[in-house]
Amino acid sequence: MQTVKMVVTGPFSAGKTEFIQTVSEIDVVSTERKISSEAEKIKESTTVAMDFGRITVDENLVLYLFGTPGQKRFDFMWEILSEGMLGFIVMVDSSRPETFREARSILETFRAYAPTPYVVAANKQDQKDSWEIEDMRIALRLDPAIKLLPCVAVDRESVKTVLLELLYSILQEMDLGKS
Amino acid sequence: MALKGNLRDFTVTQLLNLINLARKTGTLIVEGSNESAKVSFRDGKLSFAEMGQEDGSLATILYKANKFTLSQYRTLRSRAGSMGDKELGLLLINAGYVTRQDVLATLQNHFISVINRLFTWVEGIFQFENDLLPPDDKIVTKVDLENIIIEGSRRLREWEQLQDEIPNLEMALKFTDRPGTNLRNVNLSVQEWKVVSYINPKNSIRQIAKATQMNDLEIRRIIYGLLQAGLVELIRPEGVAAPIQTTGPMATGNREEQKSLINKIIGRIRSL
Repeated sequence: MQTVKMVVTGPFSAGKTEFIQTVSEIDVVSTERKISSEAEKIKESTTVAMDFGRITVDENLVLYLFGTPGQKRFDFMWEILSEGMLGFIVMVDSSRPETFREARSILETFRAYAPTPYVVAANKQDQKDSWEIEDMRIALRLDPAIKLLPCVAVDRESVKTVLLELLYSILQEMDLGKS
Repeated sequence: MALKGNLRDFTVTQLLNLINLARKTGTLIVEGSNESAKVSFRDGKLSFAEMGQEDGSLATILYKANKFTLSQYRTLRSRAGSMGDKELGLLLINAGYVTRQDVLATLQNHFISVINRLFTWVEGIFQFENDLLPPDDKIVTKVDLENIIIEGSRRLREWEQLQDEIPNLEMALKFTDRPGTNLRNVNLSVQEWKVVSYINPKNSIRQIAKATQMNDLEIRRIIYGLLQAGLVELIRPEGVAAPIQTTGPMATGNREEQKSLINKIIGRIRSL
């Protein structure tokens, strides 16, 4: 049995857990805790170690999706989670520009850990306060070559599109001889 | 969709850069802690700016720029009454008080000064209203934002450089083992001494900042100075796991096998 993994990362409350839950064939093994910090109480609970979802490809191949904890104080987990990943997805909450700088920083950190292909998912595009994709690209200082994809993490088709785009990027890099 | 947020997280420089690159037309409304400002743009160029309740009439701007004497200004105010800026500007140019160039250059300087004040705001909320333009009676300019952004960037550069140098406040510090370094011979400020007293591989920079009641900028500035002087070095805090060096699952096997594996995953995800 061969296993491969992708990592879903991003700032606190970007929608990483929802993203994995939407496509995982198992209930996501989630290590969530009630939030105690007042500053971070925009949701009831948060991931403190990692989320873990699974997609069985065939009898010999399984894809695991790992979600990183969003809070900075758990960033020591990132290196461990990034070990051996195929690629990674940076989730960004399009309606919370205050997290863009952190998203950029997370992206750079993961690139430093493993120079694997990645895409950026602009989550919560269904919310009225969400920023336009091209405005986000400028704000996140993303090169035009980097895929910045509109996303709604609770919508299966949307999540599939993000995963597929990452896989296409992985294939493309293989063709270019980078991986 | 809305372009709004908080200045704590998205600086004025970044906003101007976005407006410039996206060639936006509309008005940026910034509500600071004590005052507010409106700055309008057309196709990514600065066209108008006003600060809160300040008198932004043409007569006042020209007076403040020493284009009139006080008595001329008072006369103008009493006679111009409710005259719009465009009408007044035309009147003054035709009467030979100012040239068209004077009016435009003075307004341009005034608008830039409003933005320069905005650069110092670190608290507040902003919103960009697409296609909202200044009132019709106002004279507008067309100023490229690049130079304005460069100036703003200079002000932010220190902060950003420090962030680059010390990106992670969860790191700890230890004194270097350089022979010949004696802290007693180094001139440190009171604040620097406070930080030095907490340097220990068990304390993260963030913990030191909390103990010394410093904000992120202040602690970074001091740590940067100590790093540059070679007195301390960054280390991973004790008790935190070191990165594991391994190879990924795609590091083995030939390229065709790897591509086949990815194509299988693509097929599976499409079928979900």
